Amino acid sequence: MVRKLVAAAAGLAAVLLVPPLVGSGGDADVGERVRGLRVLVPNSPGGGYDVTARTAAKAMEDAGLASAVEVFNLPGAGGTVGLGRLVNERGNGKLVMSMGLGVVGSVYTNKSPSSLADTTPIAKLIEEPDIVVVGKDSPYRDIAGLLTAWKADPGGVPVGGGSSPGGPDHLAPMLMAKAAGLAPRSVNYVPFDGGGELLASVLGGKVAFGVSGVGEYRDQIQAGELRVLAVTGPERIAGIDAPTLREAGLDVSFTNWRGIVAPPGISDTDRERLIAAFARLHSSPQWRDALARNGWTDAFQAGPGFGEFLAGENRRVAEVLKELGLA
Amino acid sequence: MDQLWDGFATALTPTHLLLAAVGVILGTAIGVLPGIGPAMAVALLLPVTYGLEPTGAFIMFAGIYYGGMFGGSTTSILLNTPGESAAVVAAIDGNPMARSGRGAQALAAAAIGHFVGGMVGTTLLVVLAPTVAGLAVGLGAPDFFAIMVLAFAAVTTVLGDSRVRGVASLLIGLTIGLIGLDEMTGQQRLTFGSLELADGIDVVIVAVGLFAVGESLWVAAHLRRNPARPIPVGTPWLGRADLRRAWKPWLRGPLIGFPFGALPAGGAEIPTFLSYATEKRLSKHRDEFGKGAIEGVAGPEATASASAAGTLVSMLTLGLPTTAVAAVMLAAFQQYGIQPGPLLFERESTLVWGLIASLFVGTVLLLVLNLPLAPLWARMLRIPRPYLYAGILFFAMVGAYAVSGQAADLLVLFAIGVIGLVMRRYGLPVLPAILGVILGPAAELQMRRALQLSDGALTGLVNTTFSITVYAVVALLVLWPLVRKARSRT
Repeated sequence: MVRKLVAAAAGLAAVLLVPPLVGSGGDADVGERVRGLRVLVPNSPGGGYDVTARTAAKAMEDAGLASAVEVFNLPGAGGTVGLGRLVNERGNGKLVMSMGLGVVGSVYTNKSPSSLADTTPIAKLIEEPDIVVVGKDSPYRDIAGLLTAWKADPGGVPVGGGSSPGGPDHLAPMLMAKAAGLAPRSVNYVPFDGGGELLASVLGGKVAFGVSGVGEYRDQIQAGELRVLAVTGPERIAGIDAPTLREAGLDVSFTNWRGIVAPPGISDTDRERLIAAFARLHSSPQWRDALARNGWTDAFQAGPGFGEFLAGENRRVAEVLKELGLA
Repeated sequence: MDQLWDGFATALTPTHLLLAAVGVILGTAIGVLPGIGPAMAVALLLPVTYGLEPTGAFIMFAGIYYGGMFGGSTTSILLNTPGESAAVVAAIDGNPMARSGRGAQALAAAAIGHFVGGMVGTTLLVVLAPTVAGLAVGLGAPDFFAIMVLAFAAVTTVLGDSRVRGVASLLIGLTIGLIGLDEMTGQQRLTFGSLELADGIDVVIVAVGLFAVGESLWVAAHLRRNPARPIPVGTPWLGRADLRRAWKPWLRGPLIGFPFGALPAGGAEIPTFLSYATEKRLSKHRDEFGKGAIEGVAGPEATASASAAGTLVSMLTLGLPTTAVAAVMLAAFQQYGIQPGPLLFERESTLVWGLIASLFVGTVLLLVLNLPLAPLWARMLRIPRPYLYAGILFFAMVGAYAVSGQAADLLVLFAIGVIGLVMRRYGLPVLPAILGVILGPAAELQMRRALQLSDGALTGLVNTTFSITVYAVVALLVLWPLVRKARSRT
């Protein structure tokens, strides 16, 4: 009841507010400064989507692409609470949501009534490959050794990841298992609350190997505390001496990504304006700096292309989760 | 040691001193406001500090963290409304003290406790950092589960006069703790299909609901029979008797809090509670606990601050976040292009030692700031009861809303408040319920993780020396009263 009221109110507000904006704007607005954009972050302050959103907002303002960008958090249920809110704001051309691969899986595990297919895709911004990593005292010297042991006794080779089931670090080992001929159900996956909590268990050898984003572990890798056995992405990572999974003979390519989506039913003008704004962000020096500072890989893909990509990711995630009985 | 003195030289420059002061004042304010924790504060300030050089920014963040620990207990003690989950325990004895006119003493005991905890904790950080960091990596899920079992064994000390009622209350808490998505498998439990419940119910909301809202409803239901009398305000300072009772808990607290802070399994809730249980067991005034024993405030508060120092150990030496604040600070380091981890002390020694020195400076600043405020805060309780409780309800709602900005949380808050009222009506103690909410999910997670790591073998729970040692202690604690009884009979 409450939700319906909120939805109705939001719908009413959208109907009342949006036409004047569209009317006064027109095509001439594309490429101009965006005013009063609000960015919804569906996880808590300091989380991945939050850092991306705040960094992008700051870069947009510094580059003079937008003014008064407001970033706000609506955390809950792996991002699906925020997704529900976004979908309810039908037609609101001043709202976008920062999201990523994790939300795709959460839609299934949380049985969310709204899905990403309901949103208007704006742009994919960044990518981060996962790494297959062990502590320095681990018996596994290379990926081949690990795979042999894993195939022999999947239950006795626990794998740790920094996300709950359905999240990126969960999907990566499941896809690896499938490619290696193991049933995903036989994988002994131990979830941790983020890559940080996982780190202690990998360092201490509590899990046989860990799968997580490379960003948080660079220093430990450099210090020799961690050994990277493989990179899950299509290419090697500069500065890290490890093959890709493909090179190691496992036909998997997996990258975590983050991007921006808008509410459903926004006008074409609004959509063009938002895509143009993020395209200009992408080519700004401020964004380049931010990418370098955070160690993110640029993976810009705008509008319809991003929409097709989303649909593809959705299929891939659904397939894995179905086999595990989660979708 | 030389590096520490260099650190003081860094921390005592006027700019850094000012930033430390800004940090601790902001932190105290944020701690006092319920719902907004230090983690959120640091995250929101992150873009603002872009203009600062990293050392200054981190001095400020550390000030906010320590300040939040200081401020969290203020509303706990005065209004029975914990601002932070670390301050829940302070309400148990702090609030009865405040209501009997000893609010200023409770606040002073908490402030000095935080000072001692911060000082001892930071000193241990300087001396023991590498050792404790090794401990954090060496311990795993079976060890953490053993610690949780120990905590459950200690719960018996706070069950109250009636075991049956105490256990009933504990079960209510454990049930509330079950709500949400199961972390291991992603299945929903007790969410009734509601997305708002999928993340479970925040401990702060449960504590505020059971303590503050339940209490307000209870008072409102009885106000007509008990005419409103303003709460007396006694002498503002700690007397000699208070000091005699509080100094040992102040010193014991950090010893519990510091190692716990460094472990990737706890945060400050479990150690503050363990400190409370310890103080109760050791005290000569055991019957006063729950009715306003100063040890019950002094010990846990010293523990809370020391655990913050422990958290920094794992963060600075391993790049390992053990609490939400540390996770946000790690993200902040990355924003400055600094990778926290084993190489941090070598690469950024000015920053690290400046940061550590500023913790000492910040702790002193906090004491100077908070101690004189204690009598002023305590006067707030002179407000007539109807207005006071209206204010409490207002703060409770602000706090519950601020936790995640969802209106649904307000409904949850009042539902729990009604449970709190009913529990008071039937004489169920509230504290075991809170402990159930804190300990239940944590213990379940560690137990299932341990079993998963051993692929389902039960030996996975006892395959480390540490866990066996802890279980031995638990067995002693449980069996000792029986042995004593048997002996006294013969």
